Amino acid sequence: MSDVTLTIDDQPVTVPAGTTILKAAEHLGVTIPTICYHQACTANAICRLCVVEVEGWRVLAASCVAEVSEGMKVRTRSERVERSRRTILEMLDSAVDISEAPAILDYLPGYAVDRERFPQAEKRDIPLIDDNPMYVRDYSKCVLCWRCVQVCAEDAQYTYAINFTGRGFETKIGTFFELPMLETTCVFCGQCVGVCPSGALKPKRQWLFEQGLTPGEIMQSTRTEKRRKRG
Amino acid sequence: MSDLDLEPLHAALHPLVPQGRTALLPALQAAQAIYGYLPEPVAAEVSRLLGVPLADVSGVIDFYSMFYRQPVGKTVIQVCGDPACGLAGGDAVLEAVCRHLNISPDQVSPDGAYSVERAPCLGLCDHAPAMLVGERAVGNADPTPQFGVPASPANWLAGDTPAPQGKAYGTARLLTANCDKGRPTSLAEYLAAGGYAGLKKALAITPAAVIAEVKASGLVGRGGAAFPTGVKWEGASQADGQPKYIVCNADESEPGTFKDRILLEGDPQRILESLLIAGYAIGAFKGYIYLRGEYAQAYRVMLDAIEAARLAGFLGENILGTGFSFDLELRRGAGAYICGEETAMFESIEGKRGFPRVKPPFPTTHGLFGKPTAINNVETLCNVPYILQYGSAAYRRYGTEKSPGSKLFCVSGDVTYPGVYEIPFGVTIRQLVFDLAGSIRHGNGLKTILFGGAAGAFATPDQLDVPLTFEDLRAAGLPLGSGVVMVCDESRDLRDVLTRLGRFFAHESCGKCYPCQLGTQRQHEILLRIAGGAALPGDVERLLDVGWTMSDASLCGLGQTAATAVLSALKLWPELFEPSAAAGR
Repeated sequence: MSDVTLTIDDQPVTVPAGTTILKAAEHLGVTIPTICYHQACTANAICRLCVVEVEGWRVLAASCVAEVSEGMKVRTRSERVERSRRTILEMLDSAVDISEAPAILDYLPGYAVDRERFPQAEKRDIPLIDDNPMYVRDYSKCVLCWRCVQVCAEDAQYTYAINFTGRGFETKIGTFFELPMLETTCVFCGQCVGVCPSGALKPKRQWLFEQGLTPGEIMQSTRTEKRRKRG
Repeated sequence: MSDLDLEPLHAALHPLVPQGRTALLPALQAAQAIYGYLPEPVAAEVSRLLGVPLADVSGVIDFYSMFYRQPVGKTVIQVCGDPACGLAGGDAVLEAVCRHLNISPDQVSPDGAYSVERAPCLGLCDHAPAMLVGERAVGNADPTPQFGVPASPANWLAGDTPAPQGKAYGTARLLTANCDKGRPTSLAEYLAAGGYAGLKKALAITPAAVIAEVKASGLVGRGGAAFPTGVKWEGASQADGQPKYIVCNADESEPGTFKDRILLEGDPQRILESLLIAGYAIGAFKGYIYLRGEYAQAYRVMLDAIEAARLAGFLGENILGTGFSFDLELRRGAGAYICGEETAMFESIEGKRGFPRVKPPFPTTHGLFGKPTAINNVETLCNVPYILQYGSAAYRRYGTEKSPGSKLFCVSGDVTYPGVYEIPFGVTIRQLVFDLAGSIRHGNGLKTILFGGAAGAFATPDQLDVPLTFEDLRAAGLPLGSGVVMVCDESRDLRDVLTRLGRFFAHESCGKCYPCQLGTQRQHEILLRIAGGAALPGDVERLLDVGWTMSDASLCGLGQTAATAVLSALKLWPELFEPSAAAGR
């Protein structure tokens, strides 16, 4: 494959054609923030935190999917980029409990995020779902990165236990007609828990530990539950 | 639920099963027609029969607002609450209907006969205030009787009001010549008026020559993006991959837009002829028409038209003995504005939630089912028969050098004669609104015109002499959009109009990308408190940040334009948004 030369923040870089701007920036040691992006998942350009300004483009480019081209001039921290990233983080913070999303919390100071930017904003307050012995689902912490849905489907497991419910701001992740996880096709592979960036999906034992149960109590409680479900 | 009889479902789905997932929306529509809603066992059976994962089926049900998981009334009443109907008293209509049935919005009447919803724009702005009673449109539903027209909720529900007629007006009737009857033009009438002559000319020349003629005409897309039609066709025709598809975007849902409804209901054969020519040009033998779910009248008209065309040999194998074969499938949406976005429409036809795809790749190479696809708006396509029949030079006699041809404008709001007007490019806004549409209603003064659509901008009285062309509008900072010209007289509170637009976008955001999923919600919240006289310090800056972030960083055109009207108003009338501003009425 042929090579492409472009500039990112005025620094020239040469990468193979087909490389994304995000990857090209990594070559230069320029870090572009991301939320939904995950090495093992199809990039869907959802969070838009990775947007950059490309000279001549009408709108900002999602660097996780936008490919480089010859002579491209990319700005990763222009005024438009900064405004979008800050506002995205402020809006997300106003809707979702990001207290257990360390990577997102780390971005806040760098973009001067005002954590009270949107007063009177509706939050996605959703009760925790504890319906199986393996993991709990706390969708008030869900940032809708789609990774769990993707690994449950074509990105890994082909299990299709979960999908989206609702639309727009009301979008949630859920099972068919909100069935308990044990009544779905879920095989408890744990991959969704593994890719969750914000503590919305959590191993049941970890969650019980955080609730203050002792390891002994946790073992007893999850074992009993398993037996009961089998019976 | 155990007493649910699934036999009728099996019978209804039998012809759809071989199609698999792409038949999911039609299957759910068929199921809902039987059971009134989509309870869990029915959804599970659809999943089993079509081989679609259970969670995907409920995901699709949830995405489309015309699918119901809970029982609704036998007849669902959808009362429009968007700007054109809002200006005409739509809220009072909703209230009157609810009072008549003694229920609240989203409730079912105790006898199960009715439920009432506030609907997004129904495309009946020329008959505002409007509603749908089941599949029947009711227009001019003014609670105060006028001209002896029966006007009470009992009349609207009983169906003894005249059906709203879709007619076109204007001075250049290239596309709408047959749209003056208030009823569909039959195949015989269409043929008598010279119909299908364009197709015959096209089939007598090469596909490349057809594309060359369309390119020479200078035709550009009328759905909002103004992309050159011939270039799009050329891309699809030259792309690798088989089969190829032509898709007609008839998912007209932009508030204030009703031009395609007039074409669909008035002259269906012209649309079929256009698709045949397009299919021949790009090398497609299959086409889809994706019609918005709320357009029930247009659906009946198009179904009949397709049947008539098939019987007459205009669709099917070996058309007109030329060896060219082509057929069409008519699909109905299910209540999702986003499916008017081309890639979201492909997803919907494929049986999925209407999430827009990342572009590139573009539809001409990777479209429907991943195959090369040309997708055109109804109005765009309707230009094609004229161009082929009379030639691009004749077509270019209309309009201007850079904006050839004619354009349909949807004039609504505070004008004497709201309606669809087909005029040559170059007519001024003043001529359209004052000369053709009969000026501002009741002799009031003009405050502003919402121009282009919900995703449009506001025009001020000093812009009335701007000629309606792509080049002049661009210079004036006004988007042509989908041809919306929504007039507000001097008495109007624009905060009310903006709040309705904000609600529309929040309701219709698909929820995929963060800027739009979160931004449309925040924008609506802020607009609501501003309209209610409870603006907070910093709300203007919040609207600007949210608006620019949606415009700059959203994934698709919906999010990128969800703040356009708000940003336009902020620029023109910043005082409206200040905490000190008086409460809206």
